Amino acid sequence: MKKLMLGNEAFARGLYEAGCKVVSSYPGTPSTEITEEVAKYEEVYAEWAPNEKVAMEVAIGASMAGARSFCGMKHVGLNVAADPLYTASYTGVNGGLVIAVADDPGMHSSQNEQDSRHHAAASKVPMLEPSDSQEVKDFVKEAYRISEEYDTPVIVRMSTRVAHSQSVVDVCEREDIPLKEYVKNPQKNVMMPANARGRHVFVEERTKKLIQEAETSILNKIEMNDGQIGVITSGTTYLYAKEALGDSVSYLKLGIVNPLPSYIIRSFCKKFETVYVIEELDDIIETQCKKLGCDVIGKELFGFIGELSQSIIKEKIKGVSTEYTALQTEIPVRPPVMCAGCPHRGVFYSLAKNKITVSGDIGCYTLGAAQPLCAMDTTVCMGASISGLHGFNKARPEKEKTSVAVIGDSTFMHSGMTGLVNIAYNSTNSTVIILDNSITGMTGHQQNPTTGYNLKGDVAAKVDLEALCRALGIERVRVVDPYNLAETEKAILEELAVEAPSVIISRRPCALLKYVKHNPPLKTNEKCKSCKACLKLGCPAISIKGGKACIDHTLCVGCGICKELCKFDAIE
Amino acid sequence: MDTKSIMIVGVGGQGSLLASRIIGHVLLMQGYEVKVSEVHGMSQRGGSVVTYVKYGDKVYSPVVEKGEADLIVSFEQLEAARSLPYLKKGGTIITSTQKLDPMPVITGATKYPEDIFNQFRDLGINFIPVNALQLAEEAGSAKASNVVLMGVVSTKMDIDKEEWLKAIEECVPAKFLELNKKAFELGRECY
Ligand SMILES: Cc1ncc(C[n+]2csc(CCOP(=O)(O)OP(=O)(O)O)c2C)c(N)n1
Ligand code: SF4
Ligand code: SF4
Repeated sequence: MKKLMLGNEAFARGLYEAGCKVVSSYPGTPSTEITEEVAKYEEVYAEWAPNEKVAMEVAIGASMAGARSFCGMKHVGLNVAADPLYTASYTGVNGGLVIAVADDPGMHSSQNEQDSRHHAAASKVPMLEPSDSQEVKDFVKEAYRISEEYDTPVIVRMSTRVAHSQSVVDVCEREDIPLKEYVKNPQKNVMMPANARGRHVFVEERTKKLIQEAETSILNKIEMNDGQIGVITSGTTYLYAKEALGDSVSYLKLGIVNPLPSYIIRSFCKKFETVYVIEELDDIIETQCKKLGCDVIGKELFGFIGELSQSIIKEKIKGVSTEYTALQTEIPVRPPVMCAGCPHRGVFYSLAKNKITVSGDIGCYTLGAAQPLCAMDTTVCMGASISGLHGFNKARPEKEKTSVAVIGDSTFMHSGMTGLVNIAYNSTNSTVIILDNSITGMTGHQQNPTTGYNLKGDVAAKVDLEALCRALGIERVRVVDPYNLAETEKAILEELAVEAPSVIISRRPCALLKYVKHNPPLKTNEKCKSCKACLKLGCPAISIKGGKACIDHTLCVGCGICKELCKFDAIE
Repeated sequence: MDTKSIMIVGVGGQGSLLASRIIGHVLLMQGYEVKVSEVHGMSQRGGSVVTYVKYGDKVYSPVVEKGEADLIVSFEQLEAARSLPYLKKGGTIITSTQKLDPMPVITGATKYPEDIFNQFRDLGINFIPVNALQLAEEAGSAKASNVVLMGVVSTKMDIDKEEWLKAIEECVPAKFLELNKKAFELGRECY
């Protein structure tokens, strides 16, 4: 049966068909749908872990127990999960272990543009890179074969365009793969120095064998055409190259991007006068070609930044560009904004009003950094708000009274807790605001340990944030409703003033959650004096029409915070 | 057949995912190779959203680039203006007349351009303005403007109406089917 499938959906189908039994992941665009889709198959156990390191360790445990297992994450997630990965490379697997990592060239929704192929090379784990949905599914099955045959975890590298493009997939049946026998084997599974030394030797031998696999694998394909130009490429870039250059050049399409084959690359390069290496982000294939003594052209033309495309390739190689028309008028940008009624808005309004220095984090609330609130000073990675604030305050103790950290509930579970322990243990009088909207919002609304539900939608244990913060050593913990601006502001100012570390939990579910009952939309009346105080909230439902404030009834959810701000009773 | 490119543009939350699903479905039913590409994430929080649909005997790249779109379907005027550079020479824009102020306009940092359609006219662009919001409300819900626009699109493509209806049936939950069929009809009739 043929179906149009998102790359991520095809990935889930591949896991299902390959007999995968245990899945543990942490959400992250553009990888999230793999796990959401695979959770729909009853035969597969699937969960959201609190972070990628936990997810990876769960998958490693399941593999050791003999099941085909999986964990998925975005590129930066692999940094968090790198510790278990690098040693799982030594232990190898029992049941096959496949890892999805989704890169985001162009940073459509990421904080950096790192190239995860470096992790594959550094951890000495094979990495496959499909280019469309059918390949995704096929490569996942091949990844399990390689994993079990070579005793190694296997990474499948996705990218935004592969993960979030739908193309046709031929659907097959699930293979029933029984659990492999579990036999205690400390030499292989207990990685203390004496055993790990032996396993490192194994890893180096395995890499040699994997290079042989890469030399003969059907995943590395050569397409010969007339002409004196060869192109070496992989993943979605292969599709851009095919569209731009068609049959005017020959291709070496690499489906295995780690380790790279030597013989094929050398013999391919020998056949042509000119060979281009076209790869997004870093120069990994190019560097390998040059190491092998092949004279190739790559980054000098294509650079290291952003996505490639058919037109970039056409322009750089053929020197032709496509004509187009544009309006003369300047077109205002349309940046993402917090939704109308977003519970985060009230907190950021209070922080902006009081000119507080805000150590930020990653989630919907990062939009608090945008106009008109501009209420965020820093954002680095998940969890860095809390630990960063502690460092900031150690360097500038006088800032304890005017600085806070803001962090979402999912992010706090992911990597905020350890930072909070550090504040209590190494004592700064820091103020931390947990923005508890009862969901992982940014990545499209996933459950997490604070929501009381699991990935399959069943009721689950719910973390008590107040009790948790107290247990971590913070005595001052209070809860506010961010729809109540006065209460929120009072809490922030009081906690900043005290000589003790404190946590404020701003609690109100995300306005987009289905169970949230909204009030009727508000309206402005003739009392509006055009003071524009309400516009400072950055609510997308409020704008100025004919000089007066006006509320869009299709967007407004009646949260009421604009009404609290209006001094003239013009909002009702 | 050469590869054709459609671009669907709008504002996060306007329902462009359903529109691309319907088009993708109907094209697949015609036996074409189809690729539909969208970017999830940040853009969904009220930002600009872009979806590409490509079809033909063979489709390679899933993305549409400047000067390549045969058809642009826009849910909002400013987004239609933003997408213009993607239009192929001689291509068509079908756009809702709806206007949604982006945040820089709301905060007064900049102005919403007033005369987008006049500028399209002056440039000789083939464009079809559709009062999709009003027609959708007539059909029963403002949310159905995406399917109203699909009705207009269906008159510009050489595919039977029955096929479109089948695709809508497959893509829309049963309880909204009647509403969406009506929205589709209203879209077809307005041109
Ligand atoms: C290491 C890492 N994993 C995953 C992500 C993707 N990601 C960005 S924000 C976020 C969670 C946001 O949830 P929450 O903290 O609850 O805030 P909300 O979006 O609900 O406001 C995730 C998973 C990331 N940026 N970094
Ligand atoms: S999805 Fe929820 S948390 Fe995110 S901006 Fe919208 S209302 Fe706020
Ligand atoms: S009540 Fe005011 S702030 Fe809240 S959603 Fe409506 S317009 Fe926006």
